[in-house]
Amino acid sequence: MFAVENGLQGDPRLKAISDAIRVIPHFPKTGIMFQDITTLLLDPVAFKHVVDIFVDRYKHMNISLVAGVEARGFIFGPPIALAIGAKFVPLRKPGKLPGRVISEEYELEYGSDRLEMSMEAVKSDERALIIDDLVATGGTLSASINLLERAGAEVVECGCVVGLPKFKGQCRLKGKPLYVLVEPSQFDELTL
Amino acid sequence: MQTLISPFVSHSLRLAPPLPRNSLLNNYHQASPIRLSSHFSTTSLRLFNSGAAAAASRDSEMTTEDGKDPRIAKIASSIRVIPDFPKPGIMFQDITTLLLDTEAFKDTIALFVERYQGRGISVVAGVEARGFIFGPPIALAIGAKFVPMRKPKKLPGKVISEEYSLEYGTDKMEMHVGAVEPGERAIIIDDLIATGGTLAAAIRLLERVGVKIVECACVIELPELKGKEKLGDAPLFVLVSSA
Repeated sequence: MFAVENGLQGDPRLKAISDAIRVIPHFPKTGIMFQDITTLLLDPVAFKHVVDIFVDRYKHMNISLVAGVEARGFIFGPPIALAIGAKFVPLRKPGKLPGRVISEEYELEYGSDRLEMSMEAVKSDERALIIDDLVATGGTLSASINLLERAGAEVVECGCVVGLPKFKGQCRLKGKPLYVLVEPSQFDELTL
Repeated sequence: MQTLISPFVSHSLRLAPPLPRNSLLNNYHQASPIRLSSHFSTTSLRLFNSGAAAAASRDSEMTTEDGKDPRIAKIASSIRVIPDFPKPGIMFQDITTLLLDTEAFKDTIALFVERYQGRGISVVAGVEARGFIFGPPIALAIGAKFVPMRKPKKLPGKVISEEYSLEYGTDKMEMHVGAVEPGERAIIIDDLIATGGTLAAAIRLLERVGVKIVECACVIELPELKGKEKLGDAPLFVLVSSA
């Protein structure tokens, strides 16, 4: 579900967010129009809009845990967690988290990868959000949902700054709702 | 939450200066952000110049004093020490337990925000990956931009690159071309300073493009590794010194 479909149609903040995202063609490989959120981070007003919109949505949903996927989820997750009084749980590449971890494998275009979470992260009956910068195939988010559910948390929603148009409407990931702020920006030669 | 204090490490605490305790949320919602263009490569940035000169003259006042901020002890005790990770002999300072303690995490950010707000700092640079957790909340609260300093090949578009030494071999750190402008005032954030190699590389990247490093800021310092000596003229501020 996109923000415009859920009460934010005409909200000028969404255009500011979309305008602040830079498109890099053919990165990391030919054919991919990479949505570069680093330009959004250079615009403190637009970056704050992102956090404000997510915080307004989640602050009354009794969320106790915000999980963010390494590495760009580490940028958006913590400000949201701090503002709604939730803890932040990093979901990391293999071997980075110390102590006891649980691990989930997920598919890439070629091959697979693993995502890990600390076993200390989740207490019983936690309501969790998962935050990432962008959702494309949903593979990473699905692995994240699996990790949190295996640890006993209830995943309330996944929130992303950018999402492919296929995630409009009631599209769900592993039965969980998805909330997206903007569609991918278009490549504009003049901005590079 | 249950905080874990290792029997092997005694935390000697270097305390932050006593400052009025502002609510983090008040800072966050009321901070007046610096208006910057969204496409840094094509339009000029309106820098926070009006405050920069006054702020620069106050830099020398930003020294650490021995004050008794009660938040520091709580933060220190929320950090878990894991022996022999990632390899034998290393006592790993695990900040993920700090992130699970909502008060400790909030206090950590508040301590940095109180120190850096109103100082004309327009850039908060954060080192991948744990610097990405602490940097953005600080940047948002003080109205600065956040600049990620990344491992090679992660940043798309044009980058500048700086090599630095590891225990065995070298690694590279990258920053986007055009992310920062000459004359901007920056702080560099990471969770921990050990040998100082990573922070030194970040300093070099920013100084190469004419940015003034106001301070390097970390949650934890391992003072025996003397990382501070690698930082040149850049001061270091830490919340917890772990001997």
